[in-house]
Amino acid sequence: MPNDERKARFAGVSDREVRRIYRPEDIQGFSYDRDLGEPGEYPYTRGVQKTMYRGKFWTMRQFAGFGTAEQTNQRFKYLLAQGQTGLSTAFDMPTLLGYDSDHPYANGEVGKLGVAIDSLKDFEILFDGIPLDQVSTSMTINPPAAIALAMYLAVAEQQGVAWDKVAGTIQNDILKDYIAQKTYIYPPTPSLRVITDVMAFTASHVPKWNTISISGYHIREAGATAVQELAFTLADGMQYVEAAVAAGMDVDEFAPRLSFFFDVHNDFFEEIAKFRAARRIWAKLMREKYGAKNPRSWMLRTHAQTAGVSLTAQQPKNNIVRTTLQALAAVLGGTQSLHTNSFDEALALPTEDAVTVALRTQQIIAEESGAASVVDPLAGSYYVEHLTNKLEEETFAYFDRIAAQGGVVKAIEKNFFQQEIADSAYRFQKRMMNGDYRVVGVNAYADPNEKLDTRLLKLDPEVQRRQIERTRQVRATRDAKRAADALFELRRASGTSENLMPYILDCVRAYCTEGEISGVWRELWGEYREESVY
Amino acid sequence: MQKLERKMRVLVAKLGLDAHDRGAKVVARAYRDAGFEVIYTGIYQRPEQVAEAVIQEDVDVVAISSLAGAHLTLIPQLIGLLADQGVDDVLVLAGGVIPEDDVAALRAAGVAEVFGPGSDLDEIIRFTTEHVQRA
Repeated sequence: MPNDERKARFAGVSDREVRRIYRPEDIQGFSYDRDLGEPGEYPYTRGVQKTMYRGKFWTMRQFAGFGTAEQTNQRFKYLLAQGQTGLSTAFDMPTLLGYDSDHPYANGEVGKLGVAIDSLKDFEILFDGIPLDQVSTSMTINPPAAIALAMYLAVAEQQGVAWDKVAGTIQNDILKDYIAQKTYIYPPTPSLRVITDVMAFTASHVPKWNTISISGYHIREAGATAVQELAFTLADGMQYVEAAVAAGMDVDEFAPRLSFFFDVHNDFFEEIAKFRAARRIWAKLMREKYGAKNPRSWMLRTHAQTAGVSLTAQQPKNNIVRTTLQALAAVLGGTQSLHTNSFDEALALPTEDAVTVALRTQQIIAEESGAASVVDPLAGSYYVEHLTNKLEEETFAYFDRIAAQGGVVKAIEKNFFQQEIADSAYRFQKRMMNGDYRVVGVNAYADPNEKLDTRLLKLDPEVQRRQIERTRQVRATRDAKRAADALFELRRASGTSENLMPYILDCVRAYCTEGEISGVWRELWGEYREESVY
Repeated sequence: MQKLERKMRVLVAKLGLDAHDRGAKVVARAYRDAGFEVIYTGIYQRPEQVAEAVIQEDVDVVAISSLAGAHLTLIPQLIGLLADQGVDDVLVLAGGVIPEDDVAALRAAGVAEVFGPGSDLDEIIRFTTEHVQRA
C-alpha cells in the first residue's frame, strides 16, 4: 500500500477496486472504430443518435401517482405545466398485483404507493384533459401490463386519437419481478405468453408503443452491483428475444420496440461506463447472436432513474445533491429519458415542492451545465474506456454462468440471481457498518441532534373508501351481460394460443375490473410462489 | 436451564402486498450472523399467517419490515391476533419507511421499537438482545 494515500483500498458503491491512475496500457488494443464508432452508429457505444441532446433533450419523465385518479391527474397536469415532457404512472400495490380496491388483501394499501386503478372509469379520470396524441406515457406495471395498455388504448379511442398516434411504454418485464421487484402473479410460462401477445399486437396496431421496458432498476435497488444489474438485465432481454422468436415473430419485427430501464447510482464514472457498455453489448448480441438486420433492432434505448436506495432519511436535503450527480451521470451516459428522485422520498411519497426541485435539477443540467452540448464527452478517457471494457467483459462472464444454470428461467428457479443480489446487499450493509463505505449524514457527518423539518406528503385517509365506492358503482351500473360475456370470452381464449389483447380490450371497454380480469388468469394459471433466500 | 440456553428465535416478517424485501433480508442475515435462529416468512403474508408462524415457531421476536405504507393497518392487526391467542411475551419490532408521526400509534399498539431507514444493524441486534423476555 502506498503510504501517502488515505486508505489501503479505494472502491465505490459496487465495491469495485479502482487504481490511482489509468494509462494507455489499461485500454490496450483499443480501436475507435470497433469499440466506439460514431454516435448513431454500430455498436452505439457513444449513443443511439447522431446528434443526441443537440437534437433534443432527453425526455424529462417524473414517475408520479398516489391516492385516487383525480389526485394523480392533478399532479400530471402540474408536472406538464412545469415543463415535464413525458408522463410516468405509479400504481398502488393492489393494482400492481391484480387486486381491486375492495379485495380484502387491498385493505390499508389503496392509493398508498401509487394511484389506485380498478376499471376504465379510473383511467378516464387519470388522463382527463390530457390529449394522448400530445404526450408519451410510461406505465410501471408488470403482470397486469396488458390490462393497463388496453385501458390506455380505450381512453385514446374515447378521445378520438388513433392508436398509431399513441406513444409510451409499459414495463411488462416479469423476469426482473421474479428476480428482484417481486410484483409477480402467475408462473413464467403464461406470463411470457401475455408479454409476447402484447409485442405482436402492438407491432401491428400501436407502432409507437414500447412493448417492454427491460429493467435493471429494481435489480440494482434490491442490492445488485453495477455489473450484476447490467448482466441480469441484458440476460432478461435475451430471454424475451428468444421467447418472441419462439412464438413465431421475426426479430426485426419486435426488437426496435424493446426498451430498457437502468438505475443510475452513486459511483459517477462506473455509471457512465455502464450505459456505454450496455449499448455496445446489446448491439453485438442483436446483430451477431440474433441476426437482426434493422439497425433499430441493434439500438439499446433506455430510461434512467436516480437511485432510490441512495436517498437518506437523515439530512434529506443532501439528497438533492446526490440526485444531481446521478442525473448528470445518466446524461453523460446518454440516456433517452430520465426520472430524478425527490429529496423527501426516503421518508414518504414526494410533495409537489420536492418534485419541482427534482424536475428543475434536470432542467438545470440541460440548460445550464453544458453537458448536453457535446455527445459522449468522456469517450477516450483511459478510465472510462477501461471501465466500459471491464463491465462488458464481466457481463459476458455472467452470461456464461447463467447459461450454465440452464438459462434465465432455470436460474430464477434455482435462486441464482436472488442469492447473488442478497449477498451484494448484505456486503454493502457490512461496508457501511464498518465505515468502509461512508454515507454523508448517516455514518459520516451525522448530526445526533437532527430534527426532521421536512414537510411530508400526507395521504388522504378517505381514498380507500372513495375508491371502493366508485368501483362498486361501476360494477352496479355497467352492462352486466356485456361484462360477463367479455370475461367468458377472455377465459376461453386464454386456454388457446390466440392473441389475448383483443379480448382484454373487450373486457376493459365493458368496464370489467382489473381484479376480475386478473382473477380469470389466477384461476386458469395459478400463482407463482418463491422460496426466499437471504 | 436447558431452555435458557437455547438460541433466541426471531421471525422476520413481511405483511400484506409490500414486496420490498431488501431490508428484511439484510436484517434476517444480520440476526443469523449474530447467532439467532431466524425464520423469514417471505413476502405477501397475511397477518393471520404471520400470527400462526409466531405461535408455531415459538419465537421470541417478530421483526416486521414495512415499506409500502400499510403499517398502521397491518401491524396492529397482527398484534391483535396474537393477543387473541394469549401471546403477549413476544417482542414486536418494526422497521422500514415509517413516518415519525406514525411511531406513537405503533408503540401504543405494542411495537417496542421502530427502526427507520439507515438504522444500524448492530443497534437492532443490541436492542433485541436486551429486550427479549426469556421464559
